[in-house]
Amino acid sequence: MSMDSDHSSVRKAWYFVTPAIAWTIAFFVIPFAFMVSVSLASRVGRQIVYSWDLNNYIDFFSKSYYLKGLFVSLEITVLVTIISTLLAYPLAWIIAERVPKKWQRIALIMAILPFWTSYVVRSYSWLLVLSTNGVINNSLLQIGIISEPLPLANTTTATVIGFVHFFVMLLTLTIYSNLIQLSPNYKRASADLGANAFQTFWHVILPLTLPGIMVGAFLTFVLCIGDYITPQILGGNNELTLPQIIMMQLGRRADIPTAAALSIILMGVVTVAYLFCLRWLKMERA
Amino acid sequence: MYSRLSNIFCGTYFIAIYGFIFLPVAVLVLYSFQDGSLPIPPFNGVTFKWYAAVFADTKLMSALGNSLIVAVFSSIIACLLGFCAAYGLSRYRLPGSAFQRVLITAPMTVSYLIIALGLLVLFNWMGIRLSLWTVGVGHVVINLPLCFAIIYASMGDHQKNIERAARDLGANNFQVMLLITAPMLMPSILAALFLSITFSWDEFIISFLLSRFDVTLPVEIWSLLRSGLNPKTNAIGSLVFLLSVGLLIILEIFVFRQRSPK
Repeated sequence: MSMDSDHSSVRKAWYFVTPAIAWTIAFFVIPFAFMVSVSLASRVGRQIVYSWDLNNYIDFFSKSYYLKGLFVSLEITVLVTIISTLLAYPLAWIIAERVPKKWQRIALIMAILPFWTSYVVRSYSWLLVLSTNGVINNSLLQIGIISEPLPLANTTTATVIGFVHFFVMLLTLTIYSNLIQLSPNYKRASADLGANAFQTFWHVILPLTLPGIMVGAFLTFVLCIGDYITPQILGGNNELTLPQIIMMQLGRRADIPTAAALSIILMGVVTVAYLFCLRWLKMERA
Repeated sequence: MYSRLSNIFCGTYFIAIYGFIFLPVAVLVLYSFQDGSLPIPPFNGVTFKWYAAVFADTKLMSALGNSLIVAVFSSIIACLLGFCAAYGLSRYRLPGSAFQRVLITAPMTVSYLIIALGLLVLFNWMGIRLSLWTVGVGHVVINLPLCFAIIYASMGDHQKNIERAARDLGANNFQVMLLITAPMLMPSILAALFLSITFSWDEFIISFLLSRFDVTLPVEIWSLLRSGLNPKTNAIGSLVFLLSVGLLIILEIFVFRQRSPK
């Protein structure tokens, strides 16, 4: 690359790189700085007054309404992450081990297929399934298992079901890609040393796929805690998650400063989760 | 090798989870043909009137058009910017290139809600009216890191030699980029383009916050949901599903199959 490092070619290189950099600065870095400064302002009437204080953040920690939102978000997210991982792992294992090689790709494509509807539509279709006279309640009533329709829609349970639906697919893909990368020699060696199938899985396969599970679980956490659509459509207005509260500030109350402060707090939570996962992963590898 | 019992168990589990994955889409499509005004059991019979209603709905149709325009144009811009940056950063030694890579990919680590909010504050402050343009700007912001990362990852050293040969034969920098590098990287450029189109097509929160009168399809469907369960919503949902699966098949045939050696 010696011929490329003289002055004129560095200038040419800038021609290529500058548009992307300029775009990112203009429409990502600057807006983000704006948002941080607005989070330090306050809303007086319909005006935003730059008071440069931490009132919005202090509000978050002093009002139970906001804290409860964060708590509900965390509760849903942790629940979804655990349930999805537990459901996805066996499926990924079955696809990797029991489904014939040439059908595995088809099986994976089939698993992704239902998610090619619009995101909004997907949550709506769960509403169809879970509503008071929807498919599930109707079937259960017909069979006679229940005599009154179960209140499924507009509950936190519905939100969890909607999320688990998506993340089972996502985690199945990540865990599957980990499982097929494992050399079959591990299993053979373990069997030679006298381990049964369960011991091989518990002491060899599972620890080897743990980093992959953590990556998938972290992705689930990030996407789940920041989502607005699924809780809004399926969860209703009973137990609001933090993104729902943020959108409420924007919509009904036009309170951009509070919304900005809450978003930055949400970002902080994700960052903490990231640092936690990072440390954990490194300990696993060591 | 495996016992019969474990085979039965695995088969049942496989079918149960796939049933769970397919249940909502199956219900959605089935009740889009519902001959009645509610998309819930019992199923009264097949009618196409809800599809007719969708095609007759000018708001939905213009939202569909808006979505296509925004998805295609914002993805082309994101791809173009991403490709140029990837070319510049992989072919030249620039001061602070590691920092530039981090900067370009940074929006990937931030949630869409925060990107949308930041742009909303900025546009408000500058007095820019919300329109399809502002939505497009937001979609380029989320897709540029993706396009850059995909294309940058596929710029290898073996292409560098071919580029050098072209330069020795008298091609200038732009000719090399346009006639040599771009065709060689076409599979990954197309992959980046189609992936961006899908993300932009399905994106809700940025479109919702950064548009006012001209909205995209997810936002229009969102406002349909306010009227509760409606077979028309099922019909538009099924159509989106059909369109997306069509795109998936195109992607599979033209992009991914070319990349994997047969």
